[in-house]
Amino acid sequence: MDELKEVIKNYVTDEYLEPDSDPIDYDTPLISGGIVDSFSMVSLKRFLENKYHIQIPDDKATPEAFDSVNKIAELVREFVKD
Amino acid sequence: MSNFGNYEEQVKNFSWLLSEQELGYRPGQPINIGWYCADRICQQGKSDKVALIWEGFSGEKKIYTYDDLRRYSNTFARFLTDSGIRAGDRVCLFMDRVPELYIGFVGILKTGAIAQPLFSAFGEDSLFVRLENAQTSAIFTQRKHVAKIRKIRDRLPYLQHIFIVDHDGRSPLQEREEAFSMEGLGGVEHYDIYPTYAESPSVLHYTSGTTGMPKGVQHVHYSLISQYISAKWVLDLTDDDIYWCTADPGWVTGTSYGIIAPFALGVTQCVLDSGFSAEAWYRFIEKNKITVWYSAPTAIRSLMKAGDEVIKKFNLSSLRHLASVGEPLNPEAVNWSIRVFGKPFHDTYWQTETGCILISNFPGMPVKPGSMGRPFPGITATILNPNTYEPYPQPGKIGLIGIKPGWPSMMRGYWKNEEAYKNKFRNGWYLTGDRARQDSDGYFWFVGRDDDIINTAGHLVSPFEVESALLEHQAVAESAVVSKPDPINMEVVKAFVTLKPGYVASKDIELEIMNFIRKKLSPLAMPQEIEFVSTLPKTRSGKIMRRILHAREWGEEAGDTSTLEND
Repeated sequence: MDELKEVIKNYVTDEYLEPDSDPIDYDTPLISGGIVDSFSMVSLKRFLENKYHIQIPDDKATPEAFDSVNKIAELVREFVKD
Repeated sequence: MSNFGNYEEQVKNFSWLLSEQELGYRPGQPINIGWYCADRICQQGKSDKVALIWEGFSGEKKIYTYDDLRRYSNTFARFLTDSGIRAGDRVCLFMDRVPELYIGFVGILKTGAIAQPLFSAFGEDSLFVRLENAQTSAIFTQRKHVAKIRKIRDRLPYLQHIFIVDHDGRSPLQEREEAFSMEGLGGVEHYDIYPTYAESPSVLHYTSGTTGMPKGVQHVHYSLISQYISAKWVLDLTDDDIYWCTADPGWVTGTSYGIIAPFALGVTQCVLDSGFSAEAWYRFIEKNKITVWYSAPTAIRSLMKAGDEVIKKFNLSSLRHLASVGEPLNPEAVNWSIRVFGKPFHDTYWQTETGCILISNFPGMPVKPGSMGRPFPGITATILNPNTYEPYPQPGKIGLIGIKPGWPSMMRGYWKNEEAYKNKFRNGWYLTGDRARQDSDGYFWFVGRDDDIINTAGHLVSPFEVESALLEHQAVAESAVVSKPDPINMEVVKAFVTLKPGYVASKDIELEIMNFIRKKLSPLAMPQEIEFVSTLPKTRSGKIMRRILHAREWGEEAGDTSTLEND
């Protein structure tokens, strides 16, 4: 199990999904699927920055880059130092 | 040649009778928007014409003809009537952009009930104040949103029916809930449409006020007269067009020009129920050969941000007319659209209260990038001196945009708030609350709001509402909410917060408060930034001076600070 992806998935589930919503997986479309909108994306980005002590530049925080757990994890890995 | 023709000629000869005659409406006779949107088009021999092409985010597609729209809206109407809903009752639509939202809206109007669409991203507090104020009787929603209603229904005694349009039986229905399947019930061939008249209430849209809670803007069936002719002339809609209005029907553009006008014109319209993505939007235009596109500055700026390369992947040559609404459209966006689409976005100006486009860049008329355009024929718009409420005799002065009352789709009141309604008029003018100037050619140029309301991505957010919600957070002692500039959304919400003893400012508490507001109110109302401060600027009588904080965010002079405490 990928810990980073689990953290992101759990956060999205807890923060953005209503209780009776269908569960998400790593490929569920988050932005295009209407689960996270462009305004909510700001709080998701803030969570990732706080959690991993990183700064994601605005030009990298695009709807496409935030459209699934897999894509977000890929983005975060760009900025997390080993 | 556009539908509109020559501006001066149209202004000179204009009468709303033109629209009444085209619609076959005679004063004193019944007028029901639901009938005009569906049954009338079928009676014109267009039963088989496509009314709605709907696509979900996963590519799922549904197509409805005008006869489908007629019969399925009858299904809604019959179901509501059988459920005890009567003319004048408020029926809420709280759904994503699914077909039931569009068809249900038409069906509600057929019963004589008042359609109350609400943005599906609203949190439970935003939903509650609007349902409570309207004393809403019934609500249509989806499984994914019903949890928010369950949290507040015990405090809503008037809400008798919660209809779930996609109930799948996986979890049991609860108190007052009922499954409603439009296609499962099938199309109803005959329904006796309620004979509403010109002044019968039709739609209730909520809008944010600078003080107090949101206000219900009440429209009537006669609004159709303005909406029909303005869509025909400003959006240039013709019988052959494939039209896409990107607005959500939770807001007035999504009903006036996303349901009522295009259906009343018998146009084929497309709906994409998906979050924003430049590639998905361009693909949708290409796939459906969209000809007329009505969007918003925030979306246009987001497309600009996505770059020009992505555009080259698609054939967008079907586009022939582009228009925009919601916030002022910056000149860069107009010039960009000329460069990449070969045609400009035409900015249009209007409000929830006005029900239809009031000022616009018209097809065939030179577009002045950055300008709102010129008044629609039949609309008397002016710039008022903010002290005397008299029109400035000469162009060029900055003042308040005032409109002479009396156009068909002007709001008829704020729901249960006569005082707020009266306050919108001075010296015989409707006050828009917006500041602008008019140039010597008669074009209007937006300057800003005349109050503290925040316009974020074309949606109005009340600082008062956000401040009230902030105070419900356990850590917040005081707050002041203002707008701050944003390159995409024009403005976003910023909060200044003082914390209660025992709480320490941190990134984590900032995020916690942001999410608190997002869930209580909506993502739009969520502060994009929270600045923790030790004190807030106040008058000596203790009133928080938002004006000073706003000026700081916008790099402006704070103005008179003589009443400032500790100054």
